[in-house]
Amino acid sequence: MIRVDGRSDSQSLIRVRGLNKTYSRGGEKIQVLQGLNLDVDKGDFVAFMGPSGSGKTTLLNLLGGLDVPSAGSITVDGDEITHMAAGKLTQWRARHVGFIFQMYNLIPVLTAFQNVELPLLLTKLSKSERRKHVETALGVVGLTDRMNHYPRQLSGGQEQRVTIARAIVSDPTFLLCDEPTGDLDRKSADEIMLLIDELVGKYNKTILMVTHDPVIAARAHTTLHLDKGVLVEGKTSRESVLAGGAA
Amino acid sequence: MKFSRLIFANLFRKKARLILTIGSFAIALFLFTLLAVVRGAFSRGTELAGADRLVVINRVGLINTMPLAYGDKIRQIKGVKYVTHNNWFGGVYQDEKNFFPQFVIDPENQRQVMTEMRVPDDQWKKFLGDRQGAIAGRNLANRFHWKVGDRIPLQNALYGSTKTWEFNLDGIYTNDKEGGDESQFWLQWDYFYENAPDALNRGQAGWWVLKLDSPDDAVRVGKAIDEGFANSSYETKTETESAFQAGFAKQLGNIQLLITTIGSVVFFTLLLVTGNTMAISIRERTGELAVLKAIGFSDRFVLFFVLAESLVIALFGGLIGLGLAFLAIPVVAVKLNGLLPPLLLSAAALGTGVVLAVAVGLASGFLPGISAMRMRVVDALRRV
Repeated sequence: MIRVDGRSDSQSLIRVRGLNKTYSRGGEKIQVLQGLNLDVDKGDFVAFMGPSGSGKTTLLNLLGGLDVPSAGSITVDGDEITHMAAGKLTQWRARHVGFIFQMYNLIPVLTAFQNVELPLLLTKLSKSERRKHVETALGVVGLTDRMNHYPRQLSGGQEQRVTIARAIVSDPTFLLCDEPTGDLDRKSADEIMLLIDELVGKYNKTILMVTHDPVIAARAHTTLHLDKGVLVEGKTSRESVLAGGAA
Repeated sequence: MKFSRLIFANLFRKKARLILTIGSFAIALFLFTLLAVVRGAFSRGTELAGADRLVVINRVGLINTMPLAYGDKIRQIKGVKYVTHNNWFGGVYQDEKNFFPQFVIDPENQRQVMTEMRVPDDQWKKFLGDRQGAIAGRNLANRFHWKVGDRIPLQNALYGSTKTWEFNLDGIYTNDKEGGDESQFWLQWDYFYENAPDALNRGQAGWWVLKLDSPDDAVRVGKAIDEGFANSSYETKTETESAFQAGFAKQLGNIQLLITTIGSVVFFTLLLVTGNTMAISIRERTGELAVLKAIGFSDRFVLFFVLAESLVIALFGGLIGLGLAFLAIPVVAVKLNGLLPPLLLSAAALGTGVVLAVAVGLASGFLPGISAMRMRVVDALRRV
């Protein structure tokens, strides 16, 4: 159940309270997020929408422990991350967060297999165990036969699948997707969304996704709009699309 | 190591740049090693000098001579075991570029003083009985493909009108000390004395070399000699053989300072070149490093990756340079035979080269590494 009113009593997987983020630009203070609340349960799939500069990516960065808020708290699976030291936060990210970026951000000199293996290098898994995990992740995204290919030998859709495999290989608590289909054609985007649907439906993954595309957002359980630094809950995404417009 | 694949994959990302950077290290290390070997050659005379030997020269300068009779007075000083006298001959063998040191020696005492220079007894005996006899160092004989029994002509203009002096090569000496001099040519005092009638100060010794009963006597004996000849027409300057060798090397200029300066410039330039290369390499990979940080690689890991890359480049380049030096120095030594003291590549020079390569490698990767370490993931990802 996704809530943005901050009144949830349940023990949500992700619990955000009074989140503020202010940037200084040329001496001017810009408040991007203002007292934002959010509760996301395990297995939820939420899409964030909003105009450029509304703070969608900032919110994603804060939830992923890549940035620190000006005020407020973020608790994930019982861990309050807003006051964690940098080193501990890095360890926390490795254990709990899978990142899927718009531009894939694969290491071009490593094969698909080696790219997916990267997060596992930080674990104590043996080489054979790492291989098993990587092959499983590449199997989930349907790229077992491309594991020895370099990113330049893959299509955009395939590169994004490798990114997804890298994000899920360490079985993180939740996935953060920043415009995962933003650089893909419609067909490839649909394939990626089918894969994300499968991660939620079949593997019960919790996914938070930023997108500009209402059709893509409609695949989420809920779409939340960022408006003046706070989240506004709308209709469920599927209802919005069926109603013929963006939520 | 599980991270080695990532390190090496990044290294081979731009092969041309990798080859050029490794090449810079190789050339710098090659040059450094060559300089270190040359420096070592100049200082080896000092290192190998006998601790129990003193050299007496004319206080005015090395080219000024002293009466032969000084030898007897010196020999009477308590603590002096043997005394021998030498003169500079300065002949030319075939061509002036074939330079090698030629000394007129006192055959009766030379072997007792210069004990590390070994001549087989039969050859020495033949030399003593042959007024035109000569002894050559092994390196010198090898250089000109001389063998015992050869006739060696040397042209000389230092003692009277230019004339050709003929010598019979009666023996070849070797040096017991590793890296010790084997490039000298010795001729007999009597033959020199008889054939240099027009020389200034004929019959005078160029310098004396003494062997002491004990190195502990060096200061006392040196003082006694110089005080004994004070206020005479030929005042002396007595010093240990190592001090004499050091002073002789200094006549060529401050070789040590020159070599150290060149070496420092080479390494500083290398540091700038490699540091710049690493900085460019890291800047090109900002997004990738940000992703590594995002997925859980710590700041220290990122610093480690950068330092490991620059270290691998430094070690590869350094080892190639040292390998080249290892191969080239014997060839250079043969070409320079006689012009410089023997060139020897010591384990210490190799070790210093490796240490310097590692130090420059770490230093060149340090600033780019710190910059990558401090990079904020969100800023870097925004730039991608």
